[in-house]
Amino acid sequence: MLHIVACIKQVPDTKIIKMNPKTNTMDRASAPAILNPYDAHAVEEAVRLKQRYGGVVSVVTMGPPPAVKAIRKCIEIGADAGYLVTDRAFAGADTLATSYAITKAIEKIAEEHPVDLVICGKMTIDGDTGQVGPGVARRLDIPPLTNVKKVVEVNKEQGYAIVHRKLEDGHEVVQSTLPCLFSVEKEINEVPYSPLPNMLRAARYNPVVWSVNDLGDIDRTLLGLKGSPTIVAKVWPPEKPKGGEMLEGTATEQVERLMDILREKQGLFRVKEGQS
Amino acid sequence: MNLEEYRGIWVYLEARDGQIAPVSLELLGAGRQMADKRGVPLAGLLIGDGVEELAQTAFPYGADQVYVYDQRIFADYRTESYMRAVIECVEKHKPEIILYGATTTGKDLASAVATDLQTGLTADTTMLDVNAETGLLEASRPAFGGNIMATILCKKHRPQMATVRPKVMKALEADQTRTGEVIKESIKLAEEDIRTKVLKIVRETREKVRLDEADVIVAGGKGLGSKEGFQLIHRFAESIGATVGASRDAVEAGWVDHAHQVGQTGVTVTPKIYFAIGISGAIQHLVGMRNSGLIIAINKDPNALIFQACHYGIVGDAFEIVPLLMKAFQKEPDREVTYG
Repeated sequence: MLHIVACIKQVPDTKIIKMNPKTNTMDRASAPAILNPYDAHAVEEAVRLKQRYGGVVSVVTMGPPPAVKAIRKCIEIGADAGYLVTDRAFAGADTLATSYAITKAIEKIAEEHPVDLVICGKMTIDGDTGQVGPGVARRLDIPPLTNVKKVVEVNKEQGYAIVHRKLEDGHEVVQSTLPCLFSVEKEINEVPYSPLPNMLRAARYNPVVWSVNDLGDIDRTLLGLKGSPTIVAKVWPPEKPKGGEMLEGTATEQVERLMDILREKQGLFRVKEGQS
Repeated sequence: MNLEEYRGIWVYLEARDGQIAPVSLELLGAGRQMADKRGVPLAGLLIGDGVEELAQTAFPYGADQVYVYDQRIFADYRTESYMRAVIECVEKHKPEIILYGATTTGKDLASAVATDLQTGLTADTTMLDVNAETGLLEASRPAFGGNIMATILCKKHRPQMATVRPKVMKALEADQTRTGEVIKESIKLAEEDIRTKVLKIVRETREKVRLDEADVIVAGGKGLGSKEGFQLIHRFAESIGATVGASRDAVEAGWVDHAHQVGQTGVTVTPKIYFAIGISGAIQHLVGMRNSGLIIAINKDPNALIFQACHYGIVGDAFEIVPLLMKAFQKEPDREVTYG
């Protein structure tokens, strides 16, 4: 029986979020909160491993109370249990402070049921860092395996896992001892529509909710803003491009004009060798 | 922590297939400027097996010193072995700043090192500066899917660390007269101490997509309408010897492989010419291509954001315009498009 913990996050859908042009802040109301898309693949992979080897999938997240919704989404995908750690003390956490809080939660989950494998998405679409997964692995003192695009084998009896890690120009096959942590690429799987029984269970599901006080032996100076070595000193909107010159006329005229422009650019066309 | 003890700027030199990764040389360029501003040395940190002579490549690009760990145990990149070397070297020599390429390896290594050193790490930086007096690294990056830019500081911890996107910083012109000092390091590390093992490295044999190195990119988006429609992009790209790029929408629709994706969650590109065809110009896409030399946009919608970000725009149907363009290129019989 494998016990797999998936780390997830609820995020604003950054694809459609609108900015307040006056304050340069995000209008969070303009974007629905969703389960971080990479994390859906992480949970799906955990569920597949559970189906393959037998086991239990727990999901854990740090966030405000509405993050329950993201946990329910994971239950739909097939997770068995959800844990939400929520506390004002976590506010303002950077990746280092976040990995600390998540690690404390995983340690508490492991007290009741030892963990064999931790799975995270490659990164979140709001933070875009990919740093929390490896951070959790270091804090738990288990090997981090990032950019996992395929799980070949998880062998609990013999205590190892074999995965494919995506590289810039291919992949590598890596073996690690268990427990370890995977952070997974999107291409690792496709998340299918959830079966109806899962959806029904998810709709009624209430996760375990923990505050800082529930996490036992915790160093509060390592949490939230206080525990974050980085600060955001300034935010500003990305430079607005001035806009290009629009080419006028019929399609043929437009294309001719464009070719003129391309020809004008010095060195754009090189005379083929031997034809100069 | 006594911040004053930390001095000097380091660049992690990523060795790949017997070469230093281009991004590492770019970072030496950025690091050189910052080191001069601060009046401190610029050092490279090189880890691998049989890499010692590669250290010499760093000097023409701006390094004053290179710390080298050349040991059998570093034959394959593994988080646990490499991070030990970095951490040991940091504890010994105390740099104020370390820059890593935001590559698979650089991000993996930096994340682990930052956690163990309990210091700040800024991901996927696209702008770097240092305050000459305070020594604070100002690392700026797109956040929230590129909707805002944020400048991140790490005030009370050292070293200050950042991963930096490839192709954003500029490498210096190599000055072959520049020399520097190779500092040999070694660490006691047994194979049994490392819990992972690389069994095999597979180089994908399929056609390599090297968007980041392409001179000309023809990129397509949602406007192509279907996988069949997207073939137009492949045909046009092939006819002018360009590389195929794509927006996130086109990739998510399954019309083209993720390897072609340009933008925040894809590749950052800086070709000489970028054709954006049927691409609306979401900010996530723009952050990945806006430094291209010449951006040409073709879109049916005159209000598409891409027209704000292009140099030249054509409002029109891609399926009408692109075939005309292909014909026009063919009429340049004695020439090939090279964009030198």
